[in-house]
Amino acid sequence: MTVIHTLAVENLTLGYGERTVIEGLDLVVPAGRITAIVGANACGKSTLLRSMSRLLPPRAGQVLLDGKQVHRMPAKELARTLGLLPQSPIAPEGITVADLVGRGRNPHQRMFSRWSAADDEAVAAALDATSTAVLADRAVDELSGGQRQRVWIAMALAQQTDLLLLDEPTTFLDVSHQIEVLDLLTDLNQARGTTIVMVLHDLNLAARYADHLIALADGRVHAVGTPHEVLTEETVQAVFGLSSRVLEDPTSGRPMMLPIGRHNVVAPV
Amino acid sequence: MSLLATHPTGSTAQAVAESRARRRIRRRTVITVLALLIVAGYLVSLMVGQTNYSPADVLRVVFGQDVPGAGFTVGRLRLPRATLAVLAGLCFGLGGVTFQTMLRNPLASPDIIGISSGASAAAAFSIIVLGYGSTAVSIVAIVSGLVVALAIYALAYKGGVAGTRLILIGIGVAAMLDSMTAYVLSQAAEWDLQVAMRWLTGSLNGSSWTQTLPVFVALLVLAPVLLGQSRNLSMSQLGDDTASALGVRVERSRVIMIIAAVGLIAFATAAAGPIAFVAFLAGPIASRIVGPGVSLLVPAALVGALLVLVGDFAGQYAFGTRFPVGVVTGVLGAPYLIYLIIRTNRAGGSL
Amino acid sequence: MRRPKRLRSLWLLAALGVLTLLMLVSITIGSREVGWDDIFAALGGAADGFDRAAVATRIPRTLLAVVAGAALGMSGAVMQGVTRNPLADPGILGVNVGAALAVVSGMAYFGLSSATSMIWVAIVGAGATALFVYTIGSLGRGGSTPLKLALAGAATSAALASFVTAVVLPRNDIAGSVRSWQIGGVGGATMENIRVVAPFLIVGFVLSFLSARALNALALGDDLAAGLGERVAVARGAAAIGAVVLCGAVTAVAGPIGFVGLVVPHACRLLVGVDHRWLLPFSAVLGAALLTGADVIGRIIARPAEIDVGILTALIGAPVFIYIVRRRKVREL
Repeated sequence: MTVIHTLAVENLTLGYGERTVIEGLDLVVPAGRITAIVGANACGKSTLLRSMSRLLPPRAGQVLLDGKQVHRMPAKELARTLGLLPQSPIAPEGITVADLVGRGRNPHQRMFSRWSAADDEAVAAALDATSTAVLADRAVDELSGGQRQRVWIAMALAQQTDLLLLDEPTTFLDVSHQIEVLDLLTDLNQARGTTIVMVLHDLNLAARYADHLIALADGRVHAVGTPHEVLTEETVQAVFGLSSRVLEDPTSGRPMMLPIGRHNVVAPV
Repeated sequence: MSLLATHPTGSTAQAVAESRARRRIRRRTVITVLALLIVAGYLVSLMVGQTNYSPADVLRVVFGQDVPGAGFTVGRLRLPRATLAVLAGLCFGLGGVTFQTMLRNPLASPDIIGISSGASAAAAFSIIVLGYGSTAVSIVAIVSGLVVALAIYALAYKGGVAGTRLILIGIGVAAMLDSMTAYVLSQAAEWDLQVAMRWLTGSLNGSSWTQTLPVFVALLVLAPVLLGQSRNLSMSQLGDDTASALGVRVERSRVIMIIAAVGLIAFATAAAGPIAFVAFLAGPIASRIVGPGVSLLVPAALVGALLVLVGDFAGQYAFGTRFPVGVVTGVLGAPYLIYLIIRTNRAGGSL
Repeated sequence: MRRPKRLRSLWLLAALGVLTLLMLVSITIGSREVGWDDIFAALGGAADGFDRAAVATRIPRTLLAVVAGAALGMSGAVMQGVTRNPLADPGILGVNVGAALAVVSGMAYFGLSSATSMIWVAIVGAGATALFVYTIGSLGRGGSTPLKLALAGAATSAALASFVTAVVLPRNDIAGSVRSWQIGGVGGATMENIRVVAPFLIVGFVLSFLSARALNALALGDDLAAGLGERVAVARGAAAIGAVVLCGAVTAVAGPIGFVGLVVPHACRLLVGVDHRWLLPFSAVLGAALLTGADVIGRIIARPAEIDVGILTALIGAPVFIYIVRRRKVREL
């Protein structure tokens, strides 16, 4: 159904101005799975994602898609394989849902080409997949946070890429919308085999939804593996500087992190 | 409920195609109406004036026949003036909407961020102090416009260009250049009101074919470049990151668009001065009548042409005194401008 | 960073020293070379002969530059404090053009000609424009961000400038005097002008200075300031009136002069910190020095012609403005 793509990072060093954010990073993104990148603020998660989608050129090292350097690929060719939903996407005032999702077809269109039936189909499929077809004629700025995020995901879907990168897709949503978005992404992954890489700030949601977790601390990989392997009390301490208890979440069977502060802590049984 | 279950996409696809067709039709209709209005306005400016001429006379002059009386007034005075009005308006409209869309802010128009000021200062300088002829002035204007644009871009560049910073720096540069223009004008040998009006607010008085030709050439060369970037421009509305993710070479297309837009503005300014607010208003007005989500380049160009044409005509005959077109567009545009700012700020700011 | 009082006093003394020096330079140097005995004679009141007359005109000119510069510097500092906006300045907010429009309209339509009435009109115009620009610039998310305010000001300036042209153009009778006044210069200064504008400036200075402590509280945000016991609306209003009176009065006698109110407070902040009780007087002194210095330069570099001070402040001020914008972290809208 979907072509298997390998996305890997070799010896990557990234930074802004004089600041180095990531140093000598090596990483492989497992194809066809859901990967979540977690870490404290400013540890480099967004920076890493932006570099993987070619928004930030590396100081050293390389980002490889199917063995080819991402930063050497033609822009549109990359955009047909790898889609990105950045952190605060901007919707032009008054744009309708159908229109915005339609923008996702750009990588497939030549300079003066007309809209084809295939384009319309792709847009329609994306709208249906995200249950936003009923919103098609509404203006994006009138929608709720969850709806808007679904529309952005629909736009990324219309790109028909095999890899989808999302930078904090749940950060400003309330919890029901967060679950809505994450469920949708899981559906996508299961139905089409889309490789998903997302930066999440909520450890527990990351552990519940991801197949593969990457914990970053100070620009380096601290732990990599399944949620059970990565989400441990030791990792939480190292990455967030926080003591915690890690239990099994009875609703999902995945690990769950309970932070321990200075107040209202019951002595362990 | 799995949202990806087999679901007939036929109906949705149809709905999508239909809504897109509707928007396209609306845009086409607007463009046609605007074009017709421009043609009508053009003919009216040729026919009506201190002396009125019949359409037949006007057409005969246009086609090169010698008509006593009308030949001079229509052929030498009104024809170049009306033509320059349309051409300059097209340039201002195109240039203005490009900047406003690129910078995602209708208030970020070349006449506010210093491009027009640069072209105008250079043009005023080369005419008043250096005494250059029309072609040389145009060249100086476009070079200055580009230098200013480059300077603003470079000054705003700090690991990438934040639109905010660019706009603010543009305002500072505009202030500097405007004071230079004021100085050049004050040093002119005689206080020639005509000249001052042209370079301070824009005026079509005394337009000739030599002034009009460079603008025509600029439009012929640069307008297609901009129209070719139309899709990239639309994508850039979504933010640099998203546009890049959709396969747009953001920096490259930005440079192309800036050069083309600045070129258009500079050539038009060199011929007619910085006609107030046309570049500023053309885009937002076009956006209001065409609706969101479609390419505004052609509609804005046409709105610009219409604004200049009507403004100049009104300035000549509608009021007791003859006002240059810049004053008319300035005064009539001001309330709309303020309204626009209010609306933009209320909504959060994008075109 | 706490600045020791002694350091601040030293800076203030240094600024006063520079100002005095510039005043002397302004009187002695100009577009015309004058000998020392003529200078002393003119200072004593003699105005016979070209040389002495030249010096005699320099005295009110210097005085006006000092007073106007002080007013603009303080006005800018107050505006930045009231709006919590580092880019506030009478020029950028379009207040100057608003005052200009009021004056020109007064001249054209109401036949106003006395200096006093022009000043009143200018102040009203300045106030109305400031209110207008601030209101528009504060709409929407985030209140009055630097960008929104600067854009509202620039757009309003452009709009009002068109009105000014529309008013002046048909009126050849006033066109000449308007033109020279419009660029912004202290060239036409007379002791009479200064005497007329003095009371307004005094009121403005006093109001502004009394707002110093309130401005310190306002800098923390309206909510916090109210929590600290400040009557926010009253304090803001009084300070704003002071600033508007200052720049309206200056515009009425010297035309619109921009950037002094922007640049001077920033420089002052670097030297004496953000306590308005020091910032305001220091801005006044430095503003006076800047304007006097600019006027001197304008008289020297284009001898025997002069460059109006408004042009020079724009040429000097704009690069500083750009520098300020570059240094700050400006968030994307």
